[in-house]
Amino acid sequence: MSGDVVVLGVGMHPWGKWGRNFVEYGVHAARAALEDAGVGWRDVQFVSGAATMRCGYPGYVAGATFAQALGWQGAEVNTSYAACASGSQALAAARAKILSGQCEVALVVGADTTPKGFLAPAKGYRPEDPDWVRFHIGITNPTYFALYARRRMDLYGATEQDFAAVKVKNAAHGAENPNARYRKRYTADEVFASAMVADPLRLLHVCATSDGGAAVVISSTEYARRRTRTPVRIAAISTVTPRFASGEVEMPDIATDSAAATQAHSFRASIAAKAYEEAGLGPEDVSVAEVYDLASPMELDWCEYLGLSKPGEAEQLLRSGATRIGGRIPVNPSGGLACFGEAVPAQALAQVCELTWQLRGQAGTRQVEGARVGITANQGLFGHGSSVILRR
Amino acid sequence: MNDAKQAPAIEGWFTMDAAQPHLLGSRCTICGTYFFPRQSSFCRNPDCASTTFEDVELSRTGRIWSYTNACYEPPEPFVAPKPFAPFAIAAVELEREKMIVLGQVVAGVGVDELEVGMPMELVLETLCRDGDTDKLIWKWKPAGSAR
Repeated sequence: MSGDVVVLGVGMHPWGKWGRNFVEYGVHAARAALEDAGVGWRDVQFVSGAATMRCGYPGYVAGATFAQALGWQGAEVNTSYAACASGSQALAAARAKILSGQCEVALVVGADTTPKGFLAPAKGYRPEDPDWVRFHIGITNPTYFALYARRRMDLYGATEQDFAAVKVKNAAHGAENPNARYRKRYTADEVFASAMVADPLRLLHVCATSDGGAAVVISSTEYARRRTRTPVRIAAISTVTPRFASGEVEMPDIATDSAAATQAHSFRASIAAKAYEEAGLGPEDVSVAEVYDLASPMELDWCEYLGLSKPGEAEQLLRSGATRIGGRIPVNPSGGLACFGEAVPAQALAQVCELTWQLRGQAGTRQVEGARVGITANQGLFGHGSSVILRR
Repeated sequence: MNDAKQAPAIEGWFTMDAAQPHLLGSRCTICGTYFFPRQSSFCRNPDCASTTFEDVELSRTGRIWSYTNACYEPPEPFVAPKPFAPFAIAAVELEREKMIVLGQVVAGVGVDELEVGMPMELVLETLCRDGDTDKLIWKWKPAGSAR
């Protein structure tokens, strides 16, 4: 397709709790992606950074921060912030620049250093801030994840065994990934032995926050033709907002939109629908998916939002073994957030890195055989979400 | 009853009616969309440019959309009596407002006693004690079985 851009190179800094400056992870990932692309830093015409809100001013202007660290060379620069979708928005900005003919090759980078412990809002009495209100009455992030998991149990017959099976599967995937933070294999019994956090979620279901970095080099198809004969193409990037009335129970809100005057819409399903429409592809074309398992049971919800199974049937898909590497439609071959922990501005780009390796056949022991089309999905606070489709 | 004074933990979000408390929301006078917390400057319905709202008391009964609990003490600004006691949380769907509202479940009711679809009603309970004042908050209380 003429509207495509090509992923020329990808690179990551391993996820962990390294405690170093986020710029180090970003530069490490950027250099790895440039080397993978066979593109020199001085040839990059556009630098697009995904911002972090936790690392001061350099984080707010991440694109320029990475460009300065790599050495100012006069490229144009952009920084995007969109919570968990920041990496995809930074990627979309770079793609738009290339498709409009304003540049040929761009570098997209996201990296984060996360603090220890709970992410909690500022103190005081601040009832105008929904984030303050929900913490004040004891509603934390796992509450929201658990509400969806419990609903699956009551409506669809999901079991604690199913939720443990997602964790066990993803841990087995991540054990093969050198960039993953947690590489231990788990048994279902070990999951059941971990403490209950928010029924039915246990400690081993809930993802941690991590340090990490990911970078992607993209170019026009013309530019790529001189460098690769087997290009991985970006077929779609969806960064849609919700449609009113959003029916999702979302952090940090205490109540959903009212659908009294209109109909309720599923935001998460609409993210993927836009990506499929843009790519001219459907769920039946997908060979591999990377989805946002903030808690293990949420992977089941995402299988349905992406159309990989019908609503209420994701447990059957899981139990059939289809979502394991070697199955019909492997989900989270990287190990997912369960094995990485969340490094917000890097996470959406890390998903693109994994799919690129999968579509090139370079994923080693994690390889999904014959992968041709991959899709990512994530979603974060304040109406942000993204889905990227790559094709070979 | 003890001798403590009572005050809302969050000012203006609910009535202090001990027997029949209501959450306080607003309603767009043009399209009829409800808002909680109260919205009074612009309507969020994309097909409505209204800037006029009326304050309304939300339905004080609904059905469980889903539920969970908090097994660990949440971080500040959560405030709770010591020692921490786990509590259940419910997301309750209000039929008239077509809106799901989260809240703690009354003390003594655990997740084993809840299920999706169960009718719930709004009550007030103490969230925390501040000096000689009980700070009250809305909570959901089972109001019969799901079927």
